[in-house]
Amino acid sequence: MSKIIRQIGAPKIVRNSVALGSLVKLLDYDLSILLSVIKDYYKGKLVEFNLKAARLGFECISEKLFSLKPRRVNRKMLFLSGNEAIALGAIRAGMKLFAGYPITPATPILHFLANIQKQFDIVVVQSESEIAAINTVIGAWYAGVRAMTATSGPGFSLMTEALGQAAITETPLVLVLVQRHGPSTGLPTHTSQGDLRFVLHASQGEFPRVVIAPGDVSEAFYLTVEGFNIAERYQLPVIIIIDKFLAESYASVEEFDLNKAKVKRGKIIKDEFKGNLYKRFQITDDGISPMALPGTKNAIVKVNTLEHDEEGFTTENPELVKKMIDKRFRKLELLEKELRERELLVRSYGDGKITIICWGSVKGPALEAQKMLKDEGIHTRVLQPIFISPFPSIEIMKVFNESEIVIVVENNRLGQLASLIKENLLLKPHHMLLKYDGQPFYPEEIYDFVMKVIK
Amino acid sequence: MKDQLETRIKPIWCPGCGNHVILSAFKRAIIELGIKREKIVVVSGIGCHGRISDYINVNSFHTIHGRVLPLALGIKLANKELIVVGFSGDGDAYAIGLEHLPHAAKKNVDIKFFVHNNMVYGLTKGQTSPTSPKGFITKSTPYGSPEEPLNPIALALISGATFVARGFVGEYVHLKELFKKAILHKGFAFIDILQPCVTYNNTYDYFRKRVYKLEDEGHDFTDFKKALEKAFEWNSRIPIGVFYQVRKKTYEEILELENKPPLVDYDITDIRIESLYHLFR
Repeated sequence: MSKIIRQIGAPKIVRNSVALGSLVKLLDYDLSILLSVIKDYYKGKLVEFNLKAARLGFECISEKLFSLKPRRVNRKMLFLSGNEAIALGAIRAGMKLFAGYPITPATPILHFLANIQKQFDIVVVQSESEIAAINTVIGAWYAGVRAMTATSGPGFSLMTEALGQAAITETPLVLVLVQRHGPSTGLPTHTSQGDLRFVLHASQGEFPRVVIAPGDVSEAFYLTVEGFNIAERYQLPVIIIIDKFLAESYASVEEFDLNKAKVKRGKIIKDEFKGNLYKRFQITDDGISPMALPGTKNAIVKVNTLEHDEEGFTTENPELVKKMIDKRFRKLELLEKELRERELLVRSYGDGKITIICWGSVKGPALEAQKMLKDEGIHTRVLQPIFISPFPSIEIMKVFNESEIVIVVENNRLGQLASLIKENLLLKPHHMLLKYDGQPFYPEEIYDFVMKVIK
Repeated sequence: MKDQLETRIKPIWCPGCGNHVILSAFKRAIIELGIKREKIVVVSGIGCHGRISDYINVNSFHTIHGRVLPLALGIKLANKELIVVGFSGDGDAYAIGLEHLPHAAKKNVDIKFFVHNNMVYGLTKGQTSPTSPKGFITKSTPYGSPEEPLNPIALALISGATFVARGFVGEYVHLKELFKKAILHKGFAFIDILQPCVTYNNTYDYFRKRVYKLEDEGHDFTDFKKALEKAFEWNSRIPIGVFYQVRKKTYEEILELENKPPLVDYDITDIRIESLYHLFR
């Protein structure tokens, strides 16, 4: 390679293109595709260097290792990352404001939205901190605009106080947490599922929150739309939790079916309030109070991070305090019912007496391992809780009853999902496979573990 | 109209507290400007001032400690037709929430920020604050505050605020006029309000003897350097009034939101994303 480089007088780094050219030949692939990529990618005199290098790399190889032909598929596919799928979901969901602070590995969401902001009339704010970002998002929701922020562990740590603010003011909120390896600055560019307990308990006091854990790129899109709908319809903070592995991995997925990603709006009053006295926190059976937006005629919209009465005025009345807390939790109960009816709480793949329970990105390697096990005649079920809050206790209980062995597989040290199962079901998974070195699972690791367990 | 701006909640501020004056002058300003109350949103922080949202019958968001400005930014961007007024205190604005003031100022977002500056933490029963004088003896600084006070006017000026003023609760009409000017100003408007705390830092006499009005002495509020010079005048004479005002493009204007509907008015029921698919082929 160095010889070729010297021959054309190119910088050393251009060896990469020599290698690519050779690879194309070895794989019996179409050189013109590589050449067109080079033309798109490079600028100035680098184009000529790299084109020459690729051609010479191609020509110096005489043998072919494999024949690789471009695969033609009838279905239209998209090739995108988990982060991009979330950004697309947010646009589809009608997000009009995004505020964020750059942080690995969530920054690509900010970048993507910043690029398309003019096309979709979205305002993208790079805030002075994560604290500012989440407060700006909450302000936008209060004024009736769907908004989102995205961050990783260190940023989420800063956002926790405002998370409680969204909850007590019953202001909707969509927050994307892209987990990286902690604690503290940890391994910023490596993956982890160490923040599950954190999102469930972050911020002081007791309040309902929704935690959604997409497991692949497609789910990241659809569940983001769902997350926006839930946030607005139930006036709750919604956290979409993914990890670095899913966020920055690219996958080919089918074009999204927008009929399955529809906007459902909440109980919003916008132009004029027709009643006598508008009460932002009116106590209702389902806990959801009609949400007038500031600017609505005949309505004064008062919200308050202090405990408040129905109109939003500060209160310390013990009876009212209890009523308000109960009202907020009723919303989560109602949501759980809805999600159960719509069968959205968990996803189950395959059938067998051995069940692998995993969440988030572990779904990918778990399904691969499932195939490998099937080839050995070992039938397994993979169960993926999609919602962590509300927790799918009934669904997981059913699987426990139907299984002989339950294995929980997680990218963390404590077995955080396993501990939630213990807490909610009073049942202990038989085995745990935990990995916490910053690396995602390989299917082989899960395969090997299952084989070891059943021997 | 005045009755319309009152709520059923009686203020729990100490008798003689400057907050009463600020509340009253602000209401008066709204009335005189003829602003419809549903068009205003008051955002207040944590501290004695924070309760103001309970006492004024307009839309309000009583937020967490220090976060008035980023929250107000979200409200204004979501619905540019609202008049968004942030109230804050010296602890709220200059200690825990300090990061936000320079950024709101340099954005020149069209929100108003009025700081009740009594130079002491009142709600937590008397500790030193970022604007307390050096040597100030409080429960948290029994040997006297070891720090120099922060200069909010200078900070706002060098951060790029396009309207910078100081008020004094002992000058009711003057303060009310400042509120009106700030509300009418297009861009980030900042008023630091000198406000004695009758319980922990009673400075009525101190300020009364020293304050003078910039406009009485022909201050040119379009001159940035003069404004900065005046910002450092303290001790024997303390200027109040508009230090600096300039018309610059607001954040919303730079983002080209002016000729578009407010974000809240967009129909979001079926936003088509197919036009982005080519990015993923």
